[in-house]
Amino acid sequence: MFDFYFEIPLVIRLILQGLAVIMVIFPIAGACSMAERKVAAWIQDRPGPNRAVVPWVAWIPFFGKFLQRLGVFHVMADGGKMLFKEDSLPGHVNKFYFVLAPIVAMIPALTTVVAVPFGAYFDAAGKLIPIGLAPLDIGMLAVFAVSSLGVYSAILAGWASNSKYPFLGSVRASAQLISYELSMTLAVLPVFLWVNAPGTEGTMGFARVVEFQSQPGFLGGMWFGFLMPISAFIFLVALFAETNRQPFDTVESESDLVGSFHTEYGAFKWGLFFVAEYSHMIVGSGVFMLLFGGGWNPLPWVSLATAVDFLGTFLPFAHVPLFVGILSIAIFMGKVLAMIFFFMWVRWTLPRFRYDQVMKIGWQKLLPLSIANLLFYAIAIALIQK
Amino acid sequence: MAVITVERKPLTFLERTYLPQIAGGLKTTFKHLIAPKKTLEYPEQRPAIPVGYRGVPTLVKDPNGREKCVSCQLCEFVCPPKAIRITPGEIPADQADRAHVEKGPQAFDIDMLRCIYCGLCQEVCPEEAIFLQNQFSMSGYTRAEMVNHKDRLYELGGTLPDAHHKWDKKKAAEEHGNAH
Repeated sequence: MFDFYFEIPLVIRLILQGLAVIMVIFPIAGACSMAERKVAAWIQDRPGPNRAVVPWVAWIPFFGKFLQRLGVFHVMADGGKMLFKEDSLPGHVNKFYFVLAPIVAMIPALTTVVAVPFGAYFDAAGKLIPIGLAPLDIGMLAVFAVSSLGVYSAILAGWASNSKYPFLGSVRASAQLISYELSMTLAVLPVFLWVNAPGTEGTMGFARVVEFQSQPGFLGGMWFGFLMPISAFIFLVALFAETNRQPFDTVESESDLVGSFHTEYGAFKWGLFFVAEYSHMIVGSGVFMLLFGGGWNPLPWVSLATAVDFLGTFLPFAHVPLFVGILSIAIFMGKVLAMIFFFMWVRWTLPRFRYDQVMKIGWQKLLPLSIANLLFYAIAIALIQK
Repeated sequence: MAVITVERKPLTFLERTYLPQIAGGLKTTFKHLIAPKKTLEYPEQRPAIPVGYRGVPTLVKDPNGREKCVSCQLCEFVCPPKAIRITPGEIPADQADRAHVEKGPQAFDIDMLRCIYCGLCQEVCPEEAIFLQNQFSMSGYTRAEMVNHKDRLYELGGTLPDAHHKWDKKKAAEEHGNAH
């Protein structure tokens, strides 16, 4: 049925797959900006943006009104505005690096998706095959390596803007990202220590981590979030800091730095920073869910295979790889979107930490905690796995 | 005055981790997330105007449909931003129903770009002819549009109930010779 697809040359196939993933991430990033406004409004007891509507959608009796109330068309209006307004280039900036910075922001944000599997299916032999752009064996390393490149865009933007607030913002951004990268990496290590048991093939890939969380039995079906709550917590806090979200919003902190490194930006270039930030959030949430939230397993102790077998009792097509793939992607996307909602929820709950508090939490609290956590799990895993 | 020293308890370990506070905050915000919304969707939903509200100043007519303003110009004099301009005029002799009215304004302009909605004109008016009523939104595209002329002021004001019926009393007094 899909044989024609596999007859296309590999390069074109990969480009098509890459484009497909970008075509999903871009609208989600756009929708996230809307969701952000809606969640903000709801938490503040407002209805939020609900006016813009395309006439012929408004004619649909019930559904059109629903879409309008949801503010769906504000996304398009905002996006259209961002695309078509004048893309100004201030006279005092270093033009080359000024233009380069948003591109540098976008590239790592979209590149990290390559290493993140977002679904899985079972082949004829019943073996789990992850769905992803590149099922790399160095998954986690690739994500860490590429995502930390994102800080260069902040530095470039701040420096090229030739203005003091953007510069201060970019200095903060780099300091904050470097501080939290450390605890983040240390928090993830116990997971891979556990997954790479002696005698098994060593891997840093995500698929193996998820497979590890979908084993039978009480401990086997337990997600790493329950097995290693401290790790998950440190990773989550570091993720908030890495993505510059509240309460670690010191980079942007519009009240003291105007708009930080994107103060001088407008129109489409600013939009790219925006989309890059949301892409980071999406990929970061995805990584969190793969490592600590069971990946594409619907519930703790209920693996994808169990769920498919259960569905197979009343759905004849439940074991078709295409269905399993779509189901797993849907489950995974649902989890990622839930995480993104959590990001927004926290944003409208916590006030921003002061810059010195951010540094203090990073270096004096999280780092010792993550080292202690690593030591504890290293010893525990050594004892368990002998 | 006695000074009461409040004992500051040191924070417990849990409080210092800040986590229970975060959880409590998340609970509060979630309650608001699902709570009914408290805002009005303005153009469709209008706020209830409280009694004594000071909206756009208007001129009112008496229950007989006559102008109450006698163009005494007190409001013009009292108006702090000088928003009111009155041209006094006589009552035309051919209008029988207004025969006992002393005077009337020929022109009455309130410049809403100057008006500060203080309500002094309403307070000072001896004839109870000018009222700040419920209209709170006033907009226009030109400066000229923002000046309310006499006919517009009467249109906005309408007729309010009157306790005195001054001109009826005057007419009755004249007809029955019942001087003060």
